[in-house]
Amino acid sequence: MTALARRIAASGSFYAAVVVLVTFSAFPFYWMLITSLKTDGDLYNLDSNPYWFNAAPTLAHIEYLFTDTLFVRWLINTALIGLCVVAITLVVAVPAGYSLARTPGRGGETLGIGIFLTYLVPPTLLFLPLSRVISGLGLQDSLWSLVLVYPTFTIPFCTWLLMGFFKSIPREIEEAAIVDGCTVVGAFVKTVLPLSVPAILTVVIFAFTLSMQEFVYALTFISTSDEKPVTLGVATDLIRGDVFYWGELMGAALIASVPVAIAYNLFLDRFISGITGGAVK
Amino acid sequence: MTALAVDAPRPKSRFLLDRQEIIGPLFIAPAILYVLVLVAMPFLLAIYYAVSAYTIFDPTYRFVGLKNFTDVIASEVFRRTLINTFVFTIGAQVIGLVLGKFGAMLLMQEFRGRGIARALVVLPWAVPVSLATLAWQWMFDSLYSVINWTMIAVGLMDPAEPWQWLGQQDLAMVAVTVVHAWRLFPFAVVIFIAGFTSVPKDVLDAATIDGAGFWRRNYQIILPIIMPIAVIALIFGTVFTFTDLSVVYLLTRGGPMNGTQVLGSLAFQVGILSGDVAHGAVICLFLFPFLLVAVIFLLRMLRRREI
Amino acid sequence: MAAVSTNSITKRFGDVTAVDGISLTAFDGEFMVLLGPSGCGKTTLLRIIAGLEKPSSGDVLIDAQVVNDLPPRARGIAMVFQSYGLYPHLTVWNNIAFPLRTQGTPREDIKRKVEWAAGLLSIDHLVERRPRQLSGGERQRVALARALVRDPTVFLLDEPLSNLDAKLRASARSELKQFQKTVRTATIYVTHDQVEAMGMGDRIAVIDHGRLRQIGTPTEIYEQPADEFVASFLGTPPMNLIERDGGSLGFRPENFLPKELLNGAPVVEFPFRIDRLEYLGSERILYGALDGRAAKREVTAKLPAHAALDGISPGAWHKFAVREKELRYFDRDGRSVRDPKRPPP
Repeated sequence: MTALARRIAASGSFYAAVVVLVTFSAFPFYWMLITSLKTDGDLYNLDSNPYWFNAAPTLAHIEYLFTDTLFVRWLINTALIGLCVVAITLVVAVPAGYSLARTPGRGGETLGIGIFLTYLVPPTLLFLPLSRVISGLGLQDSLWSLVLVYPTFTIPFCTWLLMGFFKSIPREIEEAAIVDGCTVVGAFVKTVLPLSVPAILTVVIFAFTLSMQEFVYALTFISTSDEKPVTLGVATDLIRGDVFYWGELMGAALIASVPVAIAYNLFLDRFISGITGGAVK
Repeated sequence: MTALAVDAPRPKSRFLLDRQEIIGPLFIAPAILYVLVLVAMPFLLAIYYAVSAYTIFDPTYRFVGLKNFTDVIASEVFRRTLINTFVFTIGAQVIGLVLGKFGAMLLMQEFRGRGIARALVVLPWAVPVSLATLAWQWMFDSLYSVINWTMIAVGLMDPAEPWQWLGQQDLAMVAVTVVHAWRLFPFAVVIFIAGFTSVPKDVLDAATIDGAGFWRRNYQIILPIIMPIAVIALIFGTVFTFTDLSVVYLLTRGGPMNGTQVLGSLAFQVGILSGDVAHGAVICLFLFPFLLVAVIFLLRMLRRREI
Repeated sequence: MAAVSTNSITKRFGDVTAVDGISLTAFDGEFMVLLGPSGCGKTTLLRIIAGLEKPSSGDVLIDAQVVNDLPPRARGIAMVFQSYGLYPHLTVWNNIAFPLRTQGTPREDIKRKVEWAAGLLSIDHLVERRPRQLSGGERQRVALARALVRDPTVFLLDEPLSNLDAKLRASARSELKQFQKTVRTATIYVTHDQVEAMGMGDRIAVIDHGRLRQIGTPTEIYEQPADEFVASFLGTPPMNLIERDGGSLGFRPENFLPKELLNGAPVVEFPFRIDRLEYLGSERILYGALDGRAAKREVTAKLPAHAALDGISPGAWHKFAVREKELRYFDRDGRSVRDPKRPPP
């Protein structure tokens, strides 16, 4: 750090700036938290200070969420979808990433970039024709439609991520295993995979969080409340007529957001490394 | 010379799993299959629908050529939508990048609580888009907006005429842009930090010895080196904003009166809610040229980054 | 008995010919060195013998059987890689046991063989450690132990000493040679270091740009180089080559001495102008030029430490000479030829 930077860091204005920044990003979450714990009377009162409790905090909204809505069902749906998508992604992306990493010449790199680019193809381009396909397959209104479609964006990115990682494993180790008696596949399983645990873990977390965050396909394919994942259910079903049940809504939003937030924070550096193709660590 | 019986001659298939030529394509086949069937095919299907008169209510296929395209382009709503999409994208990128750079510079200093600060700054990007947007929807509520309450309390707003963030045209545009920027800037922060820390220390030291001051170091040395990474991040951010549906749909449903409609939400409205698949597909396809440009830029940047 | 034979092996990568029709044979128990500069194709040849690369044409024979279509594990070879290729996630014991496990060897046999190999290479005390906890020399021994347990027909070693400290290299060199003499397995050893090659090889195959230049014992290669490349590659400083009749005349620096030191045998004289002198302790290197003769590079003379240096100083001319039998002749293609057609002027 330069002397100038040090002085700035020590000064109050630096901390003020940090506080402003953090408030900007985190305030909506504070808002979620406090809304979910306020009584309706306190909440819908224009005279009371909205920043803090004016009546005692209540767990009524949370209780309602868990007992009188399909919230738990949605959480289960999301978890189920997530796990299935992770499984599919691993089965497809791990071999693909390895194959691309070990393909000699520019071919592997080019194909890898090609697959990576499909990550950029947005759901909003494909959702319409896909809705007809899903309908044709009879998967309309079923969460299995999401299990089928979500890998289209997890696989490209995870393949890219794994490709970069596998490239960093020296070939000598696999070749030693081949000379020592393994087939190519055997060498892969016995030497490369055990060394890939961190990357595979990242893929698992990433695929899970990506499928947890998705909204467009869910909105398009599913209208039966039972089958909705939590991102969709919370946005559509906690409204009766025109009335938003904000207490429940915010509680649900917060509870559903927490796991993703934690996961992201733990794996942040790896995500970035993955996106920039390992150019940045 | 007869073959010695060190190893009895084996049939070629015995060594199937050794053949790189077979394993390589085999391993990558499922991924390619997935991409072809669930990405390439729907894309072609979109084109197929776009030149038809296919609706949910009348699903027979009739080829109508480019009629749908002319319909859509002629529509006032569509033109408004197209403009909105660009406005939101550019606005959000600008704000997001500025905040991102600012945030990166702050978070690169060492101070107590930096870990927590970083975790909090990352939240908007980490959290599912629909849930975060709901929070903002509540914050922008017509009656109970905390923003309004604060501004009234500080004297900046007339309590008799509270601002309708989601109901008034201009305010609604601002609201959508702010939410997009809010979601984007953590990503920018993280990318900037990663980029800065990847600049080799000797390069920075050499620049300092050569007499480069803070600004020169930043803009002439650091920026060019991290440019590829920064641009990759920019492209991602742009694509995500441009193709967004969730934020607009949840905040305003495209209102007031299609005033904040974007390509994604309009396509949803037309194609799904109204059942007019053909015109919906056309709107979706308008996303494509933009994507193509983004992809080309991305490819050039990927080629240039230092590996 | 031939352990390994290659028959006109050629390997092309696109437009580049990495290996150009190399045929050689390594016999049972022999330590054969493939020597050449970086990029000459020696490692590619080794990998083809191992089965990690397929040749564009030609045959590889191991124990007199053509093995072109066999994968590495069926060829009876063992390989030590430049960075040793140890499995980082396994202990030393499991590293050594790995090749036995893949063959389905019974457990008691595995135990016996691993202990034997570890003992032979004096690493018994390290068997519970992981590779990252070992020094370079220790890792190399683990790699050798792992190669040893396979009881192969031939060891293939790819520059295994290049990752060691210079100091360690000399002792590692003699240890490796001892090891090979003990196990008496044919060994093919790739290196670019001529000191290693000369010190360890029973025979050396000198390779350049994919072609085999000469194969022979260290003595043969050093004293009767087949062409200018071999002549220049071996020996430090390299052989002096002087233009003559379109070809070259060569003599080694250690044979280029002040005339007064060369009594007895017939000599050829060369007036030598000394430009500078390097004192290296055990020897002295003189750099300079010959009178009226064009040379490929600075002419050098290597004098032993105790040789008298009267009258020898930079800038002065001195009568130097070479024994006639130490002179070598090369034709215009760089190939070695026998006697000259006429004596040098």
